[in-house]
Amino acid sequence: MEKASLREAYGRTLIELGRENKDIVVLDADLSGSTKTKMFAREFPERFFNMGIAEQDMIGTAAGLAAAGKIPFASTFAIFATGRAWEQIRQSVAYAGLNVKIVASHGGITVGDDGGSHQAIEDVGLMRILPNMTVIVPADAIEMAQVIRTIAYSHGPVYVRGSRIDFPVIYKDKNYQFQIGKGDILREGNDLTIVAMGLMVHFALEAASILSLEGIEARVINMSSVKPIDKELIIDSARKTGVILTVEEHLTIGGLGSAVCEVVAEDYPVLVRRMGIKDRFGISGKPDKLLSYFHLTPKDIAEEAKQVLNGKPRLLRAIG
Amino acid sequence: MSLTRNIKYLRKLAKEIRKDVLVMLNEAGSGHTGGSLSVVELLIALFFGKLRHDPKNPQWKERDRFVLSKGHAAPTLYAILAHCGYFPRKELFSLRKLGTRLQGHPDCKFTPGIEVPTGSLGQGLSMANGMALAARLDGLSSRVYVLLGDGEVQEGQVWEAAMTAAHYKIDNLCAILDNNRLQIDGWVSDVMNIDPLTDKWRAFGWATIEIDGHNFEEIFNALDEAEKIKGKPTIIIARTIKGKGVSFFENQAKYHGVAPTKEELERALKELEIA
Repeated sequence: MEKASLREAYGRTLIELGRENKDIVVLDADLSGSTKTKMFAREFPERFFNMGIAEQDMIGTAAGLAAAGKIPFASTFAIFATGRAWEQIRQSVAYAGLNVKIVASHGGITVGDDGGSHQAIEDVGLMRILPNMTVIVPADAIEMAQVIRTIAYSHGPVYVRGSRIDFPVIYKDKNYQFQIGKGDILREGNDLTIVAMGLMVHFALEAASILSLEGIEARVINMSSVKPIDKELIIDSARKTGVILTVEEHLTIGGLGSAVCEVVAEDYPVLVRRMGIKDRFGISGKPDKLLSYFHLTPKDIAEEAKQVLNGKPRLLRAIG
Repeated sequence: MSLTRNIKYLRKLAKEIRKDVLVMLNEAGSGHTGGSLSVVELLIALFFGKLRHDPKNPQWKERDRFVLSKGHAAPTLYAILAHCGYFPRKELFSLRKLGTRLQGHPDCKFTPGIEVPTGSLGQGLSMANGMALAARLDGLSSRVYVLLGDGEVQEGQVWEAAMTAAHYKIDNLCAILDNNRLQIDGWVSDVMNIDPLTDKWRAFGWATIEIDGHNFEEIFNALDEAEKIKGKPTIIIARTIKGKGVSFFENQAKYHGVAPTKEELERALKELEIA
């Protein structure tokens, strides 16, 4: 299975954009080697600002740059970007709708060994509740590159969540173009729908293969655009498959699962089961061990899908 | 906009601005009286005697920019923007009311002449740095001015931004500190002492100038001197009086966040008339 780094994809795309558009500027908070903004810094030192370990000032400076017509990309680890500087993002960026792109790496539990203090599992929720903010969680490195290019040329504040670890490549041989507000059906099936974001998209595809061997066909959706979310696709899936399983490397409270629930609860109520981290913090461990520990492997997803399906006929009867 | 440094005219204007501010606050029934009155001369000096700006074209690319980091002094900024011609003066009395362009704190979405949203304290200097860096990248001679409160510098982000301005040698930036020595809970020195202020900024790599913040000559001299300082940012530490111009508001912490009553307004307007 081919894997690729979302961070590398980000760094490479920043360089391409930097060559195309002199208004692109990049900021980092002493993690440019990890976030890969260093790649941009080497080529365009005058348009790169290392802000030191000062995330609040980084976001504020990015807001000022945007107010004066620049297109700032501000990067650090997801936990510091969205947690340490949340109020700066609210007041200085989102409130005015300023054109700041916050691209974070190291989202989710697969940050690994550093432990719960460094594992951002609430970042999507924190960003999703901010008015004006767009939230995107790419499913692989190819989509990451497309996302960065798309947001560079669309106006408004955006949060993009990346990862420390490499992701399996999904879109290499597929004709796909990321669009803000659109989900992507990666596999068709009528028995249930699995909606996922980030690394979990690939895991959901693997789970669908396992389920298929047992005669269960799942529709698998990459919902990289968590906000605005693709309501039409969610309602269409609810109607066609009657039951939805959401999977995310994030708390089940506030993230993708919550977003999907909000849509179906208002417009087409069906059973939604949310897989993710259940109201607790992360712990130290290797990424693969942590994914097993938190029941977020393809096998876990397939297992959960079967359980949900067992409840489906009963639920449908209850609805009448 | 054609600028003037006619001190007699500016002093008269200061009185008019103070009257407008008090009427606005009374009409709104809420807002920040003390800290609005302490910055009157500083803001007048900037908008009428220093900033290159065009009220008919607020988005003029080559303008100098101003950030009111202590956003609760918004009434004074609004009164001055109206006198400059950014919007009709009668609009001032819609302050804080539903549907107004004059929000409780400065908001660039609504008000022409406002650059960025402020009011959550501690964030303005970072944004001013960003704008100054953008001007430098674009090869513009624009300068950026930012007004901070003295209580405000208790926020850690201010010192992060102070480091950034010195590190990146942002010399097209001038900060002005409204040193009225009071905050909501009382004297700044009692709530959380920030002294020695000048030494702190100097230690962070800034050029510092101390002045009387109600004296137009001193303000203009400081603004002109700041423009000549190269290779580092400059802060003008302006000694001011909270509630300046109205005897019973002066140096009173309790008037930080309350508007004048009808009776207080009448007394205040009389005082300003006689003064």
